[in-house]
Amino acid sequence: MFGKLTLDAIPLHEPILVVTGSVVVLGGLALLAAISYFGKWRYLWDEWLTSVDHKRIGVMYIILAVIMLLRGFADAIMMRSQLALSYGDSTGYLPPEHYDQVFTAHGVIMIFFMAMPFIVGLMNFVVPLQIGARDVAFPYLNSLSFWLTAAGAVLINISLFIGMFARVGWLAYPPLSGLEFSPDVGMDYYLWALNIAGLGTLLAGVNFIVTILKMRAPGMELMRMPIFTWASLCTNILIVISFPVLTATLGMLTLDRYLDMHFFTNEAGGNAMLYVNLIWTWGHPEVYILILPVFGVFSEVIATFSGKPLFGYKSMVYATAAITVMSFLVWVHHFFTMGAGGDVNAFFGITTMLISIPTGVKLFNWLFTMYRGRIRFETPMLWSLAFMVTFTIGGMTGVLLAVPPADFVLHNSLFLVAHFHNVIIGGVLFGCFAGYTYWFPKVFGFKLDETLGRWSVVLWVTGFTLAFAPLYVLGLMGMTRRLSHYDVAAWHPWLIAAACGAAIIAVGIAVQIAQLYVSIRKRAVLADVTGDPWNGRTLEWATASPPPFYNFAVTPVVEGRDEFWIMKRKGWTRKLEDGLQPIHMPRNTGTGVIIGALSVVFGFAMVWHIWWLAIFMAVAMVAASIIHSYDTNRDYFVPTDEVERIEGEQIAQAA
Amino acid sequence: MTVLGFWIYLMSDCIVFASLFAAYVTLSGSMSGNPGNAEMFDLPYVAMETGCLLVSSFTYGLAILAMQKGRSDLVMRWLGVTFLLGLTFIAMEVNEFHHMIAEGMGPGENAFLSSFFTLVGTHGAHVTAGLIWMIVLMAQVTQWGLNEVTRTRLMCLSLFWHFLDIIWIGVFTVVYLRGAMG
Repeated sequence: MFGKLTLDAIPLHEPILVVTGSVVVLGGLALLAAISYFGKWRYLWDEWLTSVDHKRIGVMYIILAVIMLLRGFADAIMMRSQLALSYGDSTGYLPPEHYDQVFTAHGVIMIFFMAMPFIVGLMNFVVPLQIGARDVAFPYLNSLSFWLTAAGAVLINISLFIGMFARVGWLAYPPLSGLEFSPDVGMDYYLWALNIAGLGTLLAGVNFIVTILKMRAPGMELMRMPIFTWASLCTNILIVISFPVLTATLGMLTLDRYLDMHFFTNEAGGNAMLYVNLIWTWGHPEVYILILPVFGVFSEVIATFSGKPLFGYKSMVYATAAITVMSFLVWVHHFFTMGAGGDVNAFFGITTMLISIPTGVKLFNWLFTMYRGRIRFETPMLWSLAFMVTFTIGGMTGVLLAVPPADFVLHNSLFLVAHFHNVIIGGVLFGCFAGYTYWFPKVFGFKLDETLGRWSVVLWVTGFTLAFAPLYVLGLMGMTRRLSHYDVAAWHPWLIAAACGAAIIAVGIAVQIAQLYVSIRKRAVLADVTGDPWNGRTLEWATASPPPFYNFAVTPVVEGRDEFWIMKRKGWTRKLEDGLQPIHMPRNTGTGVIIGALSVVFGFAMVWHIWWLAIFMAVAMVAASIIHSYDTNRDYFVPTDEVERIEGEQIAQAA
Repeated sequence: MTVLGFWIYLMSDCIVFASLFAAYVTLSGSMSGNPGNAEMFDLPYVAMETGCLLVSSFTYGLAILAMQKGRSDLVMRWLGVTFLLGLTFIAMEVNEFHHMIAEGMGPGENAFLSSFFTLVGTHGAHVTAGLIWMIVLMAQVTQWGLNEVTRTRLMCLSLFWHFLDIIWIGVFTVVYLRGAMG
């Protein structure tokens, strides 16, 4: 009846999990009670869960990302403290089978459920505003994408309390991840969570390509698009090309595990290196899927806070496009030690070094943008400056690893771990924080507190340096990754230092939470009534903060790059525009959230081999889609007097 | 716009098949001493299967021509023919799989058979999804006639159907013809 699921699946013997589980359950119940008490269910359902508004969906993506950041960071703190303790005779507090789950969950969560939702959230909120559109091309699909991503995240968190998670590292190399060596449900949670979330990402990619290609305001030629939109276009092209490879690869591993197939097994002719090649065919473009959008964020922030147009706009576009293409030509550098031979390794070593050239072009463009600019050192700019230093260091250690003979020594060592955290924290995460601070007033209508923002930058940069610089040293000393215990005395002080760094980052995160709280309390003081708190350059600042649900009362006609800057030079003021017309908008639909919920149950049933339930859920998902196809009442017009009323309120507020 | 979006989705689907083709080509020599060699394919049988699918693409094209003339009765007729041909294709494929498994050549035997069943089966699953979609669309054309919504959907399904045809040509060439050559 319940497949492999029994009461033993609940880890009552693990005190850490029991405490965390109880906190999550009690917290969840408290939240549900609060929503019921304040009678907010209707509001939540109508305004958020069923919303197809790209701005609301963007906010929900980022809320998901922030929650998962806290979860992933909890894993990080556990690993760092374990390694600070478990030297010599001490074994620390995490048994190896638990430690292995922790590092797997940390990687999976941080990449798939923190970084990806964060950048997709930023794209969702910003891109339609930057191109002067009312929404994305396929609003319902956008909602579905979000709920599938959220479903994957829910599934991974269920694994914490029912059963276990995978113990295989974030990319789950076979044969370790195959049935023979991982017969437990942890690997199945991994597969279904990623398959469901990956489908959501793929659909989002299709949606954004069409949005950017087809929904730009009149006059916005490709070479007039803001750089963030350019970066988003290239990112979504990468998503559409690479995520199907992930789906197919994980699909084959799923078949190995569920139907006893032999794609990647040791026996019967399976080939584990086929998996490694395929997964990195997705995995390397994925790195650029994460970093390209934040390059776009930095381009916007640095131009705005330097009070100058971006230096080298065209070279920035070409560099982004070059990275898009080249990101498919470097995947073997993740496993030079496979033994493909000198020629193959030389090819991939050289392409890897070449890809640093367009990246260098970008850095110089940012530097020259700042050169002789009137720079304002506010929090988004501070994150950008922190990024430029840390990312350059991370990039250079990456070039070092691209040399195959050096890689043979450093492969799988902590040097590699330090390198990719250097580019992912110092690049992607700082970029997400820069974007969060930069666009926050646009989203909610008030700025974040500046003092606490600066403190969080200082604490993050200090903590990050202290946490990861020692890992370079440890890597050179020969420490491999994914160890839960060691006997080498020389490593111990460095690992204590790294743990201290993680503690400082924890304080930085606490300050960010405090910043959010304080800013909400002080929102009247921090309010942005102009819609343009930073003296911005692109169209998203031309509308009010927060923007009305239809974004622009009249679709702007674009005359050049940095359109809003041009408008302001021509004496633009916020006023009731002439020629208001009824606005065509999509209606909300519950299908996305319903299919998302069904997919959670489906994934759970597949993990535990509850076949009747899985079949039932699959049929229900198909049925929900078919019912949705009968919904012909999908759009409506906002009458002009309604638009006039909303615009009037905003103009009164700004005056 | 919807058609462009659907076309981009198809290209991503194409990459799913590219990955499966890559796996098939890599693993097609990996029989590890177990049953399953190239002589198992019954080429005339597969040629008939192929014929069904190719002709169904043609009949779908006739349905689109009828749609452009606004003849919903002809659209329904040609969709019906397409559906029957597609169903025949799937039935023949299921029969082929059944025979292979009965003769001890199931997907769990070795890596070659795993990749064969997955590649061909994924195509078959797509065709099946297309058939379900076709039923829904026939019901909607009956109910609503040819309007903007049904026309767009007929175009998207058309793209999907021809796309599966092209993939099948790849499958027929890489799997069956190459297999028959030994």
